[in-house]
Amino acid sequence: MIRRDLVIIGAGPAGMAAAATAADLGLSVSILDEQLRAGGQIYRDVDRAAELRGDILGKDYAHGATLTAGLRSRAIDHLPGAVVWAIEEGFRVSYSIDGEAAQLSASHVLLATGALERPMPLPGWTLPGVMTAGAGQILLKQSGVLARNAVLVGSGPLLYLIAIQMIRAGTPPAAMIETQGRGDIMRAMRHLGGALRGWPYLLKGMRMLGEIARARVPRFIGAQDIRIEGDSCAEAVAFTSAGRTRRIACDTVFLHHGVVPNTQAARSLGITHAWDDAQNCFAPMLDEWGQSDVEGVFIAGDGAGIRGARAAEHAGGLAALKIAETLGHISGPDCMERAAPLRAALMHECAPRAFLDAAYPPFGEALAPADSTIVCRCEEVTAGAIRRYAGMGCLGPNQAKAFGRAGMGACQGRFCGLTVTALLAEANGRTADETGHFRIRPPLKPVTLGELAAMDEQAQDAAE
Amino acid sequence: MKTASPFLETDAGPRVDVMFEDVPLRLPEGANLAAALLAAGVQVFRHTKTTGAPRAAFCMMGACFDCLVEIDGVVRQACMIEVSDGLEISRPESAEVHNDPA
Repeated sequence: MIRRDLVIIGAGPAGMAAAATAADLGLSVSILDEQLRAGGQIYRDVDRAAELRGDILGKDYAHGATLTAGLRSRAIDHLPGAVVWAIEEGFRVSYSIDGEAAQLSASHVLLATGALERPMPLPGWTLPGVMTAGAGQILLKQSGVLARNAVLVGSGPLLYLIAIQMIRAGTPPAAMIETQGRGDIMRAMRHLGGALRGWPYLLKGMRMLGEIARARVPRFIGAQDIRIEGDSCAEAVAFTSAGRTRRIACDTVFLHHGVVPNTQAARSLGITHAWDDAQNCFAPMLDEWGQSDVEGVFIAGDGAGIRGARAAEHAGGLAALKIAETLGHISGPDCMERAAPLRAALMHECAPRAFLDAAYPPFGEALAPADSTIVCRCEEVTAGAIRRYAGMGCLGPNQAKAFGRAGMGACQGRFCGLTVTALLAEANGRTADETGHFRIRPPLKPVTLGELAAMDEQAQDAAE
Repeated sequence: MKTASPFLETDAGPRVDVMFEDVPLRLPEGANLAAALLAAGVQVFRHTKTTGAPRAAFCMMGACFDCLVEIDGVVRQACMIEVSDGLEISRPESAEVHNDPA
């Protein structure tokens, strides 16, 4: 088995920046990524798409090409299309590329697995034609595919960004149904100081709103009672706003009310997570280098808590520095000196975060869905069923598996975990931390017995 | 299958022949399969095993497992596959992925 100083999971901004820093300091590095081309979701397919549609996607997106170039120009073992399905202590990382399983070992692991869309269970959200806003953006970035008649539902900067990109591409959204209310902006004002320190972001936000207004995209603020209608696919979104009930016909619905850390790999390693009230999600407990309570495992980027792409880059660099120091490639003082500018940049990036989190909170109706709404998409378990389990004495998500199949389908709770925790916590009058989260065990992604058997034969051949 | 798609394709490039449920489609070579199917007007990728409800691509990043299709007898995520010539794609019989972590 090949042994590395550092194995990085995920070739987004955090992973790519960490790989470059670590390689420059003389570490042997492998970076495993599920996608066939580096960039992560934020810079998905940047090497190809920036040229084709850089004008639509903007300068921030094109920046990703500096990171992919950094990956290519160094002696970094980049394994694209590698689906990691187990990380075991020691560390042994098991993955498959195109149906062939293999393993790497490493003294240090950096999880740069990024974010997932916050699940947004609303009536009708499982219908074909309903996608996450992130999915809409991936369709555009990677494939140049645009929704002709889409409605954007939810809240947050990403929703505005995708609206702008659709406008620039000539297919503006039919409407924006926004869930944040005027009270949220008022509450966010106490974080205005931070927002002003991060004034370029504030300015960018105001420009985006101006561009949406000029394109005459109808915006409905403080929307409630949202449901997606349709028989075999999405046909309309019904909602109330400013006291009026409305229904907007569409073919495509893009949902978004924030992103949350993708914690599957971290949880499978037993890393301690805690509930973050401001971001309304679980995040791993880390020190200032991104080091977890499992020795040798670091986490950087949105998987550590949502701070955005540029912050991810700096955090990736910090983790790589600390790992290099631990392995004796740089001295303690050298590490501190190199870390200082990264820390300053990271703080600058984080300045507007509290304002954004308060101004665009998650949608209440999707955090505590109506009884009839499906929360577990895979096994089609409703919010009402989860509340019934609580009524029968169920205290936590793992216990819930004795009552029903929520979280036991193919996605392994990625899109229902937070909702199940929230529903049980509310029904039992307990906190999210007390309620806990689904226990995550390998395989993190499906792997066939054939893949396992072939891997065993390889290992035996190597031993003989 | 509807031919008028709710999605607009903007990339030009060579196309290859694939079959989806015995319907011939010409999809962009090397494109993301889920994106290409959506753009070709395929609205329903599969039906759930529990209630038979229709599903299609949802997250486009390999996390939700809603875009499952069957190719050569293997159920796979369409959003994690590239289009290649001669793909024979069908809706999975029962959309059970090949392992069940439960």
